[in-house]
Amino acid sequence: MHLLQVDIGKTIRVVGFDGGRKLEYKLRQLGVLPGNCARILRQAPLGGPVMIEVDGRSIAIGRGIASKINVEEEAAPCDSR
Amino acid sequence: MRFALIGQPNCGKSTLFNQVSGYKAETGNFAGTTLTFTESKVRVLSEIVDLVDLPGTYSLAGSNPAEREVLHYLAYHPIDVVINIIDASHLAQGLNLTLELMELGRPLIVALNMMDEAARLGMEIDGPKLEELLGVDVLPLIASRGRGVRAVFTTAMHVAREALPPNRPVYSPGLEDAIGSITNNLNGQAQASPLASELMAIKLLEGNAQLLERVEGHSPKARPLVEQAQKDILERQGQPAIWVFNAERHEKAAQLAEQVVIRGEKRRSKRDYLDDILLHRFWGYVALAAILWLFFQIVYSVGSALEAPLLESFDNLAVWLAGLVGPGTFGAEMLTGVIQGIAGGVAIVLPYLLPFLLGLSILEDIGYLPRLAFLVDALMSRLGLHGKAIVPFILGYGCNVPAVMSTRLLEERRDRFIAATMATLVPCAARLAVVFGLVAFYLGPQLALGIYLFNLLVIALTGHVLSRFLPESSPGLILEIPVYRLPTWRAVAHKSWFRIREFVVDAWPLLIFGSVMLAVFERLDLARWLNAAVRPLTWVLDLPSRVGVPLIFGIFRKELSLVMLRQALGVVDFAEALTPIQMVTFTVFVVFYIPCLATLAALRRELGTRDMLIISLITVAIALAAALLARAVATVFI
Repeated sequence: MHLLQVDIGKTIRVVGFDGGRKLEYKLRQLGVLPGNCARILRQAPLGGPVMIEVDGRSIAIGRGIASKINVEEEAAPCDSR
Repeated sequence: MRFALIGQPNCGKSTLFNQVSGYKAETGNFAGTTLTFTESKVRVLSEIVDLVDLPGTYSLAGSNPAEREVLHYLAYHPIDVVINIIDASHLAQGLNLTLELMELGRPLIVALNMMDEAARLGMEIDGPKLEELLGVDVLPLIASRGRGVRAVFTTAMHVAREALPPNRPVYSPGLEDAIGSITNNLNGQAQASPLASELMAIKLLEGNAQLLERVEGHSPKARPLVEQAQKDILERQGQPAIWVFNAERHEKAAQLAEQVVIRGEKRRSKRDYLDDILLHRFWGYVALAAILWLFFQIVYSVGSALEAPLLESFDNLAVWLAGLVGPGTFGAEMLTGVIQGIAGGVAIVLPYLLPFLLGLSILEDIGYLPRLAFLVDALMSRLGLHGKAIVPFILGYGCNVPAVMSTRLLEERRDRFIAATMATLVPCAARLAVVFGLVAFYLGPQLALGIYLFNLLVIALTGHVLSRFLPESSPGLILEIPVYRLPTWRAVAHKSWFRIREFVVDAWPLLIFGSVMLAVFERLDLARWLNAAVRPLTWVLDLPSRVGVPLIFGIFRKELSLVMLRQALGVVDFAEALTPIQMVTFTVFVVFYIPCLATLAALRRELGTRDMLIISLITVAIALAAALLARAVATVFI
């Protein structure tokens, strides 16, 4: 499943990316990298971006990109490292 | 001595820079790019030091122009110490960059900024332990309140004098083998590059293409060597080298953070709940509308309160000076031209631009602009852009020059082109004068508002069409949303000053030049010829032929279209010479056609001559179509 298919408030773990290298690189810089845990904070209406929290940092991700981030849902919230 | 400030975006690096730098700080460009850094002279321990504020980057791998330039700058310029600012509340992420900086082979110190913010989040950071683990001096800092600033700079000075670079972090054996093999094989041949040879090996393995080209110039066998090593890593580890480096640094940074951060109770404050309203699916947009309305309300009330008295004093000054030289002489007319050019900047543009840029800096420092991008991203993506493109758009209402300059914050050239085109169509403060002076004054404010709405519609349509013609997909929004912060006046003043200075240096001379040209044209009585030259245009729009000159001079300065219209038509009351329909047609045309000379100069600097000409042509075509449409609509309704 990808990022857009997860409900607000849920916790996810990043699995991988479908996009190009450039995209992956930008996401990795912000801590969105395989194995990392994140929480879906909110979503802007009418096809707006998704906002997630990774390592205590809030990141807005456009829908086009969000649909290229493969994730799996986690039962427990991320450990607050 | 030269100190370099470096850190990730939103780490408070510029706040620190603003604390210590004077107003004489210089903004420079990286050669051949529009990317800027800022430099200032600072006194540290009775020594004068050059302090460079480099653009914020998350890493130095060189995958985007900013990273490449920063790496290039750090590697090739004589720098005595690198001051790495880390947002203490995001220690693990910040350490990612620190680990890369340790590879530079330059003396380094780390300043943990926003210690107050970290404490608020319930984090206690063991600075001495981090210092011991990294082998680099670590200092606490609260840049916004000026705490710890002195200690950071005196320590930096001591470290610079010792000139001892830290030991770089060690990677897994697979990577170290590759680094070693490339270092050994290229040793002695790549001495043309002052880059520490191991750092060079790492950056080559990460796939920095520019660097590889450079190295290849000295040692042709570099490329096969690097490619073979990259292939080996891919085979052994199952991912490209760049990701392996990235993951190992990330892991190491996380471990370091875990060892030095003691987590306590997180205290939630009001700020944490602010986004629940300001980014709410419904209330967020209500707040957005209210904030922008208030913003423009303040800008226009301050601007209009200043404009009239200032213009009057300049008019008086011009008359007085002309009287001294002798009214009607060539010299007097030239002098009047110069005064009017200065007045155009001081009385018409600055009264609006100053509160506008101050307000914008405040919104920016609070952290509202990234949130604005989040809110409008869906709308902007329908225009083929992403949320960040809202900034040039809003700036455009103040002055198109800073608007065009701000397109720099977009990564893709195509996005910059579309955003710049849209920004030049936004009616700036000078065009506001035309809309208000003609349409609002003679035909009522509702119609003026109508023109603004019509303008928005045309801009949206233009963006939509352009993105169809330039279909390469925009990468979309990836944006860190920083926590809300209270802006410091010093930082706001500094930022606004830099932006105002760009206008003063780049645009103002052109305004004055335009005014002088105008005086020359008047003197030589070239009006008839100019009117004849643009007659086809004025004929199509069903405007009197005499509006030709005001339209042409509108290119020099937009508000001249109105000022000169009075002279050109030879009337005091426009209603005597123009029908309401003609007023609407004229105004709509003025709002859209060719940006002013100063904006053209900005376009040329940001995008090159070719794109500047293309954008000018596009705006004329749009202006013509929009004016004809407005005329047709006005004929029906008025």
